[in-house]
Amino acid sequence: MDAIAQPTHQLVRMRGRSYVAFVFSPVVPIIGWLEGIDATLARSPGFFVGKPVVLDLSAVDLSQTAIAHLVTSLEQRNIRILGIEGVDETHLTTGMPPLLTGGRHCVLTHNETKKPEAKPKPMSLLLESPVRSGQSVIFAEGDVTVLGSVGSGAEIVAGGSIHVYGALRGRAMAGVNGNSAARIFCQKIEAELLAIDGYYQTAEDISAMLRNRPAQAWLDGEIMRITPLN
Amino acid sequence: MAKVLVVTSGKGGVGKTTSTAALGAALAQLGEKVVVVDFDVGLRNLDLVMGAERRVVFDLINVVQGVAKLSQALIRDKRLENLWLLPASQTRDKDALTDEGGGNIIADLRTKFDWILCDSPAGIERGALLAMRYADEAVIVTNPEVSSVRDSDRIIGMLDSKTVKAERGERVEKHVLITRYDSARASRGEMLSIDDILEILATPLLGIIPESQEVLLASNVGSPVTLNNAASAPARAYTDAVRRLMGETVTMTVPVERKGLMNWLLVRRAA
Repeated sequence: MDAIAQPTHQLVRMRGRSYVAFVFSPVVPIIGWLEGIDATLARSPGFFVGKPVVLDLSAVDLSQTAIAHLVTSLEQRNIRILGIEGVDETHLTTGMPPLLTGGRHCVLTHNETKKPEAKPKPMSLLLESPVRSGQSVIFAEGDVTVLGSVGSGAEIVAGGSIHVYGALRGRAMAGVNGNSAARIFCQKIEAELLAIDGYYQTAEDISAMLRNRPAQAWLDGEIMRITPLN
Repeated sequence: MAKVLVVTSGKGGVGKTTSTAALGAALAQLGEKVVVVDFDVGLRNLDLVMGAERRVVFDLINVVQGVAKLSQALIRDKRLENLWLLPASQTRDKDALTDEGGGNIIADLRTKFDWILCDSPAGIERGALLAMRYADEAVIVTNPEVSSVRDSDRIIGMLDSKTVKAERGERVEKHVLITRYDSARASRGEMLSIDDILEILATPLLGIIPESQEVLLASNVGSPVTLNNAASAPARAYTDAVRRLMGETVTMTVPVERKGLMNWLLVRRAA
């Protein structure tokens, strides 16, 4: 079965709404006033482009032709007149912008888009759970602190120092961006590999005396030292 | 509320299938309605351990592909009426199982059972990931040796990142089940100690299953060890583990020396 959509008849709804517009109040001599506008435009050519502008003619007494001339002069300057106020309706022709009444003064606040305050990037990474085998944590921006253990086969890469408050059984690479002052600290050293700024030691090189003890690794020139903590 | 429990390990041959069957049967023996699902597509074994291999008509893949209805593929255990098996396909490979298909089946099973035990394949690939995908809880089966413990550590990391629960920001509750534990060898330092394992895995202990001939015996006759010989040391350890899964507090007994086993054997002979 075919259903034919009936065009629904909609009522035209009118709503009122107020907007903010620039108001130009020309003064005599008009030529001089236009020169002032030109001076503004010379400084910032796009200043009025796309902005709604209302012409307030209450300060001057202009004839119909003069008003028409003024509107054209402004249009030549890329200023579009939204409406005219402060003038008798009889002075306006249908080709001119409409007469506006009841305008209210308001303060134009210059809304500069606020830049979101750039938060300083955190310089350290805190991991509250153990780093499991196969996981790789890479943080080139700074220090890495692990509250659990680093499993065998896990990997921590840090731009700064590495702190492990558990057993370090995996690989730890500190100071990867050339920070030779970086260190590696752990509660229990069983690491597969320790590296600082490219200098490394594998499990075989780590003294058996240190195993299972709290230790730190640091660079002494070009030699990596591993010393017990306390 | 139905609970989906994955039995996983990473490493192969540590006792995932045996443990799935034993835990499933023990849960059923305690009155729960249980289904054990074999996710090891292509290398299925759970049907053998459950003694249902002669009754497999349809399998998991058939259900996923719409060839069979779930009710047609479910096999009821002959010994326990509230224990069911959903076998895997032996002829397909793991690619036949899709994430969506697995999810639909699990969702369907949730409406019918109290416990859904998923027997994971070994490895960390697709099959293992799909088995753990929808899990609420996980039992990580670990042998007291370094390779098994490290693989378990890897699997725990994946449970924390690759499951639906993890992706939602929730946690999969994890338990370590130590199997093939030989206290004599552990005391001689030939095996990792319980403390070492737990320290490395940083995960709560569910139970310690002693190394026992009973386990192999039960598998060979196609019966979960808790059904085959409920009084055996591994069966009691599995039953204790299941009580802990159900929220009971059961004191953990580290299986000690042979003396205990010998005593038990002597008692059995005397009886």
